[in-house]
Amino acid sequence: MEKRIEMPLTEEKVKELRCGDSVLLSGVIYTGRDAAHKRLVELLEKGEKLPIDVKDSVIYYVGPAPAKPGQVIGSAGPTTSYRMDAYAPALLDEGLKGMIGKGKRSAEVVESMKKNGAVYFGAIGGAGALLAKCIKKVEIVAYEDLGTEAIRRIEVCDLPLSVIIDSEGNNLYEQGRKEYLKTLGEI
Amino acid sequence: MREIKAEQITKTVRDLCIEANCHLPADIKDRIALCSTEEPFPIAQNILDKIIENFNIADNDIVPVCQDTGLALVFLEIGQDVHISGDLAEAVNEGVRQGYTEGYLRKSCVKDPLDRVNTGDNTPAMIYTDLVPGEKVKITVAPKGFGSENMSQIKMLKPSDGLEGVKDFIIKVVEEAGPNPCPPIVVGVGLGGTFDKAAYLAKKALMRSVDERHANPFYADLEEELLEKINGLGIGPQGFGGKTTALAVNIETMATHIAGLPCAVNINCHVTRHKTVVL
Repeated sequence: MEKRIEMPLTEEKVKELRCGDSVLLSGVIYTGRDAAHKRLVELLEKGEKLPIDVKDSVIYYVGPAPAKPGQVIGSAGPTTSYRMDAYAPALLDEGLKGMIGKGKRSAEVVESMKKNGAVYFGAIGGAGALLAKCIKKVEIVAYEDLGTEAIRRIEVCDLPLSVIIDSEGNNLYEQGRKEYLKTLGEI
Repeated sequence: MREIKAEQITKTVRDLCIEANCHLPADIKDRIALCSTEEPFPIAQNILDKIIENFNIADNDIVPVCQDTGLALVFLEIGQDVHISGDLAEAVNEGVRQGYTEGYLRKSCVKDPLDRVNTGDNTPAMIYTDLVPGEKVKITVAPKGFGSENMSQIKMLKPSDGLEGVKDFIIKVVEEAGPNPCPPIVVGVGLGGTFDKAAYLAKKALMRSVDERHANPFYADLEEELLEKINGLGIGPQGFGGKTTALAVNIETMATHIAGLPCAVNINCHVTRHKTVVL
């Protein structure tokens, strides 16, 4: 059963999400990956204002392919999240409520998610052509010089996600694997 | 001596960049479809079906299967009786430049590993050349994403580590990678040679069809055994649990030193792309 979630992602909505939930996310979110995260956190370290309001927002770790004529955006699947682990806690402290990516997160990120009441979603890695179809509007809002790594404000409709780590720290990578092995009678 | 113009190389590389990024090889598609029918875990089966839907969209719309259109790996097998008129490396790079720009592919190459400024056209290509007998040129373009490249490892094992040491290392690399490299993966293994040759063999192994086993029955059996062990880990598609963790294990081997047993494991995601043309 899929849960439909509308942006903004408030604390109440986060609390309802459990690891393993299938979610269809709609509304305005931001894109950002390695280079943009480095810049955002450098601004925070200098005590300066961010170019985007991350409060109750979601960052999708993606560097999209260029749009072909007639397309809103090129293929746009998730990149591996652990490269943003060094930066994520600072953004969660600023009120960021969700991250979309794929792959494992560090213990520091999970602790920060529990402290700040945030959720980590997984999108299907390698399904960029499919996921791009859920993106309805795109606008570059910061760091245009970074090309694919620029921060984009995107409007998504029914973006299919799975809750990988919920705000209590439960982890689908651990639970899913365990459940499968249980079906084999190996645990 | 046969003459091949550099422009012909450029045109071929351009077209291969676009085709390889938008159309997965048939063996990969067929294997994913087969795994979907054999996957007993419902969440995993659902993911595999989404992956199939994705590559069908890419085929029909002629868009990249994955936004990470990779570094452009270009393998050239050049016949000794061929003369290429013009600058070969520049001809390849121009093909990559044209393919990535005209094909709306993502430019993912930074000029310096620490300075990290994007080159803007996905050049330079990673060029691998082999001289072979004959008067043909075989060109393979393999766009390589880095989600999976980053999960690859190499180990200089001791001869006394033997077969068990090799198996343990390969399984350990896959287990540590877990969900990160976008499973189901293809596991390329390079065994023997030197530190660098082992890594090269592992890369070459990823170019082989998932339906083709090693010519030596011993290694063919080892490929099957490792695939079964890996698919018993329970990682599953995307790491959400399930049987289908890997599509294939491909091993390439060569001679090595009396003191060494180099073992490289190069991982590729389910978007294992490569396309070849012979000129």
